[in-house]
Amino acid sequence: MENIASIFVKSIFVDNMIFAFFLGMCSYLAVSKNVKTSLGLGVAVIFVLVITLPINYLLEVHILKEGALAWIHPAFKSLDLSYLAFILFIAVIAAMTQLVEMAVEKFSPSLYASLGIFLPLIAVNCAIMGGSLFMQQRAFNNVGEATSYAMGSGVGWMLAIVGLAAIREKMEYSDVPAPLRGLGITFITVALMGLAFMCFSGLKI
Amino acid sequence: MSKLISEKTKEVFLGPLSKNNPITVQVLGICSALAVTSKLEPALVMGISVTIIVAFSNVIISLIRNTIPNRIRIIVQLVVVAALVTVVSEILKAYAYDVSVQLSVYIGLIITNCILMGRLEAFAMSNKPWESFVDGLGNGFGYAWILVAVAFVRELLGSGSLLGFKVIPQSVYDAGYMNNGLMMMPPMALIIVACIIWIHRARNKDLQEK
Repeated sequence: MENIASIFVKSIFVDNMIFAFFLGMCSYLAVSKNVKTSLGLGVAVIFVLVITLPINYLLEVHILKEGALAWIHPAFKSLDLSYLAFILFIAVIAAMTQLVEMAVEKFSPSLYASLGIFLPLIAVNCAIMGGSLFMQQRAFNNVGEATSYAMGSGVGWMLAIVGLAAIREKMEYSDVPAPLRGLGITFITVALMGLAFMCFSGLKI
Repeated sequence: MSKLISEKTKEVFLGPLSKNNPITVQVLGICSALAVTSKLEPALVMGISVTIIVAFSNVIISLIRNTIPNRIRIIVQLVVVAALVTVVSEILKAYAYDVSVQLSVYIGLIITNCILMGRLEAFAMSNKPWESFVDGLGNGFGYAWILVAVAFVRELLGSGSLLGFKVIPQSVYDAGYMNNGLMMMPPMALIIVACIIWIHRARNKDLQEK
């Protein structure tokens, strides 16, 4: 239990998807113009991460890892399918986002109206795929840990995008040098936020 | 041959290098651009890998573009890209293991690199294979040169070397010069890209926003 909590806190602050690994940068920069839509995208990312990452974890442990197929037949013990990881993970992610989109559209049209446009985008959000690939590297002990990692990464991503959107809303009123307007100043803002987040990097939990 | 290098093809190739650069103008593929640039070598490898993958996935998608059902096109594109990325990743593991360890998850993340999806959606789905190939090459090079530029500055100032070779002489260090450790930190990559954008847009006034 303690381990799960520490993974959660660590993945929000220390291993923040945006500031430590630059994952999900494209939609992060493109959709952070106002707080409301960025909150919607943040929630959608958490949602999809929490669904896909445990599925990919189970696939990794029970099918892809070396010797993982031994539960079918002892003869499969030497089989190592990990080279299939990329294709399998992305297929799960793309299929799940499509499913989630259809389910949300059917059961909650109001949520669909606010999230709908972002859901297809999420399939190609590097934060989701990155989450699964980091999960593969970190070798979590059980599904609980993998889920808490997914949750934490998602919350960290949402915090980052909402924060940036809030700053950009205020920045509308400032006088930025013409060549830096828009993209350039956003990069610098993210860099400064990243420097601030670096103070968590020594955090021991 | 004259048809192969027509005006349009030339435009398709040269556009992404500057006026329509994937990173500084289209804002695609930022994640990996920032994460792998603390040293020059991984940045070069990443640039080459992405160029190859964009070019070939563009060709493949362009060849089968008329048979892909519209509703599931994203999944089809992702599977083609994922297959190519798997091949590149296995080749890197076999012939350049050190670099592939340094690049870690970012090789796998080429799959979700927005340059790929962006070019497949915007170009390969509606153009012939040869033009798509050229478009892929152009965008790959446009991406690679930004990566190399950022990595050049970061490695030079951050560890005083280029491609692993020391280029700042010892006498400079003796005189009190120090490597700037901050350059190795992730945020500096953002600032350097911002500087490149600044210079680029100061020279091309029509790209400025508002």
